Amino acid sequence: MKKAVMQLEALTCPSCIKKIEGALSKMSGVDDVKCLFNASKAKVDFDDSKVTADQLKETVEKLGYEVLTIKTN
Amino acid sequence: MMKAINRYTNKLTLLSGMLIAVGFILMVMQQQVGWSNGFLIAATVIGVAPVAMKAWQAVRLRTFSIELLVTFAVVGALFIREYVESSIVTFLFLFGAYLENRTLQKTRSSLKQLIDMAPQEALLLHEDGSRKLIGVEDVKVGDQIVVLPGGKIPVDGVIVKGRASINEAAVTGESVPVYKSDGDRVFSGTILDTGYIELIAERVGDDTTFAKIIELIEEAQDSQSKTERFLDRFSSYYTPAVTLLAILVYILKSDLHLAITFLVIACPGALVIGAPVSNVAGIGNGAKNGVLIKGGEVMERLAKVDTLVFDKTGTLTKGKPEVTDVHTFGAKTAIEVLAYVAKAETVSEHHLGQTIVKTAVNRGVDLSSYQLTDSEAIKGHGIVATVNKHHIVAGNRKLMDARQIDIDAHAGQYAISRELLGNTAVFVAMNGVLEAIISIADQIRDDAHEALAMMRANGVKRIIMHTGDNRHTAKAVANQLGIDEFYAELLPSDKVAYVNKLKEEGAIVAMAGDGVNDAPAIAAANIGIAMGEGGTDISMETADVVLMADKFSQYAHAYVLSKKAIRNMRQNIAIALAVVVILLVGVLGGHVHLASGMFIHEGSVLVVILNAMRLISFKASKSRRGTSHNR
Repeated sequence: MKKAVMQLEALTCPSCIKKIEGALSKMSGVDDVKCLFNASKAKVDFDDSKVTADQLKETVEKLGYEVLTIKTN
Repeated sequence: MMKAINRYTNKLTLLSGMLIAVGFILMVMQQQVGWSNGFLIAATVIGVAPVAMKAWQAVRLRTFSIELLVTFAVVGALFIREYVESSIVTFLFLFGAYLENRTLQKTRSSLKQLIDMAPQEALLLHEDGSRKLIGVEDVKVGDQIVVLPGGKIPVDGVIVKGRASINEAAVTGESVPVYKSDGDRVFSGTILDTGYIELIAERVGDDTTFAKIIELIEEAQDSQSKTERFLDRFSSYYTPAVTLLAILVYILKSDLHLAITFLVIACPGALVIGAPVSNVAGIGNGAKNGVLIKGGEVMERLAKVDTLVFDKTGTLTKGKPEVTDVHTFGAKTAIEVLAYVAKAETVSEHHLGQTIVKTAVNRGVDLSSYQLTDSEAIKGHGIVATVNKHHIVAGNRKLMDARQIDIDAHAGQYAISRELLGNTAVFVAMNGVLEAIISIADQIRDDAHEALAMMRANGVKRIIMHTGDNRHTAKAVANQLGIDEFYAELLPSDKVAYVNKLKEEGAIVAMAGDGVNDAPAIAAANIGIAMGEGGTDISMETADVVLMADKFSQYAHAYVLSKKAIRNMRQNIAIALAVVVILLVGVLGGHVHLASGMFIHEGSVLVVILNAMRLISFKASKSRRGTSHNR
């Protein structure tokens, strides 16, 4: 189980959070998603044998939000 | 293509706004209606493009979005040829988002200022003495790092060489520089003012106190209070309900205009953002002033506190005994007496003895120039020694009695007067004659008195002190601070029981302690306050509120701030609810249409953000005197 922290562009509406959380948590291999509205961050617990950090980033970008940095550990 | 639209949203907004203006001018000139409509349609299409794109992206991932509702509404408006409405709705939606973004950044600015204090690079010292500039992420535990004047300390560590005055505002919120040297701990993000140090890295990367503080604040700003959760649930029913209403209106009454108006007002923006925005501004304000408030829920509870419980040693007092007075009776000066006693006490392990030694050294006494020939510590009484061939007896009354040293009425009176002030009196005799009385006390924190008064003025009803210390000292401290009740000679388990009893009586209790031995009582209280002194892990984890610089003024600030923030949040909720009612009634009554609905909606969102921004610059000490909040 790995944890990725994505720094997103500044989020402006709390409904963005729901969108991003919803889309990420539907991905297979994603265990837990927490989106921080004020910090504009998405924290994802994922199984790296099923999904990669790049795929997580891709999903967020497909929603139309820029991913500034992504850190995994 | 999509990225480009995303990036140029602001320019598209501007373009759309200009097209609307041209369309309006043509309309007013009552010339070509076709031309005017053409401009408005163009404005709508350009404006709706980024909105529709976001909506489509969400739909593709089977996720619902507000943009989808707005897109439907705009397309609907074009369909029924309401070009003025369609163009204004899209423009207001985009322009509103732009303004919200700008103002939201302001509410988040406190944390951003903190994050910007993060160090970027470190000067690594190799064993051969050469230095190399490396990125802060490349520093490993055990590395030796050099910090030069004006430089940021890159990691947490211990000074192994040099001394410096350090500005620790990033960690403690306190900008008065602190003097540090060999063996002292320094923190990442703090700034070396003057001096030079070499340090060994102990905690790096995400483990540093600074990184933990940032993470804690980020989590706190997004942790929801009960009110927020309620509002979230409300809007999660409200939006689908209004959407459904729109569909019903269209199907039953085939009134497309009314239907799309409902779509525009379906998202209660101010209601969703009103509470979080007060939260983020309030917590950000705390962070900037050295107080970590762990979330909106804590803020709500802190605002309700009416009973304060304090631990004495290390909380109300500094926890570091100091010599408060050296009163001499003979020919010797105070510093001479101090030097002799200190030399005698060098072998003592008693904390009073160590305090005397430390004081003498701090006052410039060179103890190595004195000669100690024999010494004997007498447990529970004091010490007997020979220094420079003088016979020294230092200790309590019992020791003086045992050694048949006469304490005259004057000296006896003086000793009692000192004890009533909370001091421990150490009698000093040289060659069989009473020479001086040294008073030692654990001093009350400088700002405790004023801070307690401020909290009382803002709604605290009872202030209670707990201590494991003796009744006598406890009473002196309680009297000096005007504390309502005190309980002495308590065990940690007694403290927990007492906090629980207060809670049963209906009090909302805030317990403040030093975070280690008071941890159980801190956990039991409604609000646990830890004195963090540079943020120890335990205090940061167990407490609800952490005072980073151990300042009482920070406690008072946090308390008044929480009240202010909760009031601000209530104002925002009231504004938002009023807007929801106005919009619903207005739309149903036919007074509010597409453009005006969007205008009220976006306007209310801005109003709640602006209201929350007032919290950013709030200063507790100033507001009490009713002066302005400007910094």
